[in-house]
Amino acid sequence: MALSQRVGICAVAQTTFSPNRWEERVQGLVWDVVKSVKDAVGLGFEEGGIEASITVSDDLFDARTISDNAVTDVVGAHFRGEEKVAADGAQGVYYGVSTILSGHHDVVLLAGHCKESQAASRNQITHLAFDPFFTRPLGLDYLAAAALQAQAYLARSGVTEMQLADLVMRSRHWAARNPVAQEQSRITVEEILSAPMLADPIRASFMYPVSDGAIAMVLASEERARDLCDNPVWITGLGNSHDAFYLGERDLSRAKSLEEAAQRAYRMADIDTPGTAFDVVEIADQYAHQLPLYAEALGLCNDGAAWLREGGPDAQQVNHSGGMLAGNPLMLGGLARVAECVLQLQGKAGGRQVPQAHCAVAQGATGPAGQLQTVVVLENDL
Amino acid sequence: MSTSKRKHRNVGIIGCGMSVFSSHREEVNQPEMIHEAVAEALADAGITLADVDCVVHGNMELFEMVHQPDMWHSLGSGVVGKSGLRLTTGGTTGMTLACAADNLVASGLHDVVLAIGFEKLQEGHTTGGISNMADPLWGRKLQAGALTGTTAQAMIDEFGKERACDAAMKLRIIMDEHAALNDKAHRSFGLERRYIKELTENSPPLVGELRMIHMCSQSDGACAVIFAAPHKIKEWNANPAWVVDHETVHREENVVFTGTKSTHRVASERLFARNGITNPREQLDVFEMYDPSAWWGLDWLREFLLLEGDEHLKMVENDEIGIQGTFPVNPSGGVMASNPIGATALVRVAEAALQVRGTAGRHQVPKEVKRALASGFGGTLWSVLMLLARDEPQGASQ
Repeated sequence: MALSQRVGICAVAQTTFSPNRWEERVQGLVWDVVKSVKDAVGLGFEEGGIEASITVSDDLFDARTISDNAVTDVVGAHFRGEEKVAADGAQGVYYGVSTILSGHHDVVLLAGHCKESQAASRNQITHLAFDPFFTRPLGLDYLAAAALQAQAYLARSGVTEMQLADLVMRSRHWAARNPVAQEQSRITVEEILSAPMLADPIRASFMYPVSDGAIAMVLASEERARDLCDNPVWITGLGNSHDAFYLGERDLSRAKSLEEAAQRAYRMADIDTPGTAFDVVEIADQYAHQLPLYAEALGLCNDGAAWLREGGPDAQQVNHSGGMLAGNPLMLGGLARVAECVLQLQGKAGGRQVPQAHCAVAQGATGPAGQLQTVVVLENDL
Repeated sequence: MSTSKRKHRNVGIIGCGMSVFSSHREEVNQPEMIHEAVAEALADAGITLADVDCVVHGNMELFEMVHQPDMWHSLGSGVVGKSGLRLTTGGTTGMTLACAADNLVASGLHDVVLAIGFEKLQEGHTTGGISNMADPLWGRKLQAGALTGTTAQAMIDEFGKERACDAAMKLRIIMDEHAALNDKAHRSFGLERRYIKELTENSPPLVGELRMIHMCSQSDGACAVIFAAPHKIKEWNANPAWVVDHETVHREENVVFTGTKSTHRVASERLFARNGITNPREQLDVFEMYDPSAWWGLDWLREFLLLEGDEHLKMVENDEIGIQGTFPVNPSGGVMASNPIGATALVRVAEAALQVRGTAGRHQVPKEVKRALASGFGGTLWSVLMLLARDEPQGASQ
């Protein structure tokens, strides 16, 4: 089903992602990016301005009941509407689009935040996503789930540890060209392969680092979007899908829910050949092995190992942002991918710009080993 | 803002389900409890899980301390292989889920959306969970859960102690009478009107004249509501309660400017203005209010219905809010009867929909229900309203 009309992203702003923004509360992080996008479109929260706000955050990461209550004022929701999406930020884009396509709103603010540094341990939080009867007693957390996924995928695909190390170096190469990226310093193969083994085969260097930050966007109906900026980026396809909860019920060597989410988004965007359709690809690689795994599920390639050998990530311009390996908090992984696609399609990506980019795809994941997957297809007017 | 909210296409509620509500659902785990509500909603709609294409899920995760619970709950929600979203806004979560389901169907992204709210308060510490909402620097040492003693005192100051206390207890008794008619209600005590003074005096005081008996229950439970597009409703010959409009009004957490309007009044003013409601007591047939205590229920009647003076007290004193009255409020028994927090606001929508569809059973109001209002409450006095109608709204673009 094609979308009844298009929704445009008119402005995006990201904080610099950092391992510990101890000097700033979440309210300060969110206000920085909200003010930036508000100023970019020249709107406030008055009549005819931004009509509603959607936030993305998580009560457990914030250690705060109703985490959106903390940012009501900075997202302009005092005596106004605000709704929180408690999942990866790409889900916030999905919901934001629905509030506009429903006809209810024309201009919507989307703002997400997460300070992973506030938690003593990310694994302690994600451990609590497992049911208390069968899987929590095993000590599972998202890292352990990802390690089981990595074992399964590496065994099936033949992707090697050296190929994963190349992906980490590649992430640093592009991150150095992205002013908001966290991990910009060069890293050697020796450093990558001697990093502590967290959960075999995932070394510390293969996992996204602890990160703090916030992202905001302004979404608008087609008509309003053209007024609000010169080069709105259109959301032409959206899809998401859930996989089974129990890891044993899934084929962890594949990302079935991402295949389904991609099919839904591509059908909407009228994309038949994903292998050649995109000028920009942004994958939420929380762990290095997920880049080729998710590239397969997105239809970018059939064989991840061969794809890596043959320079697929460079040829298809994957993760010029540096990706999640360069550092985004869990809740913002997919939202940062969407933000990068917007910057690329607006020609604002500086030293990492893909020339003449027209069509982009962003992916985000929520839950253990990517149980819930979200895909967003974006295009510009070129 | 003088016309009804624009809408791409209409949305109708075609199925409502609720689990057993109880203080302790130790015999089921969270997904099993959710499954009770989902199975009942599907049966009510006369459809199967295969007909649902998106599941919207929400609760307050710090009550049970389960991170991203929609992952585990996929065992009971049926979301596997389908689209899913999780939205949470504290106590208003259930109403936000209803608004989200309406948005998702009206947008054309999905034809049939299943909204699921749940809470298993027994598995955590409710007042601790609520107090953790306050800002860690400025408010957490002051927050005392959701106790509402200041409203009781303000009403006593305005109307005198005897009249205010009697009206609050009368409302409490009416809710208890309603709960007795609702098979799903968690609590019904059999409170008797002739003991109105004794009931007040003998209940343990919490804060001033806010007493234990005035407070909402603390429940385990889940609610599921199915929202569908017009062509599906026609295809299935379903019995819909149409979603006319909704309005969300949040409020900043710390600064309380005395003299500002309540969020409830602002939400009503906006919703009523858009939908041509000039006399809500005449134009609405039933109201399902998120009433966390008898005092708040009493006070908020004035706010939601845009009343002045003591009109709201008279409505209670004259039995207008009873199920047989001219303006029935909470024929389900409301939140004092059952309060699984993440589900509670969605239960208000479900109960309003049951009334519009004429399927509320023993607590069906004995008159034609053309329009019903449902409210959600949460956060720092956040308010969300949803208006439902028997007749399909006009003016959708498709």
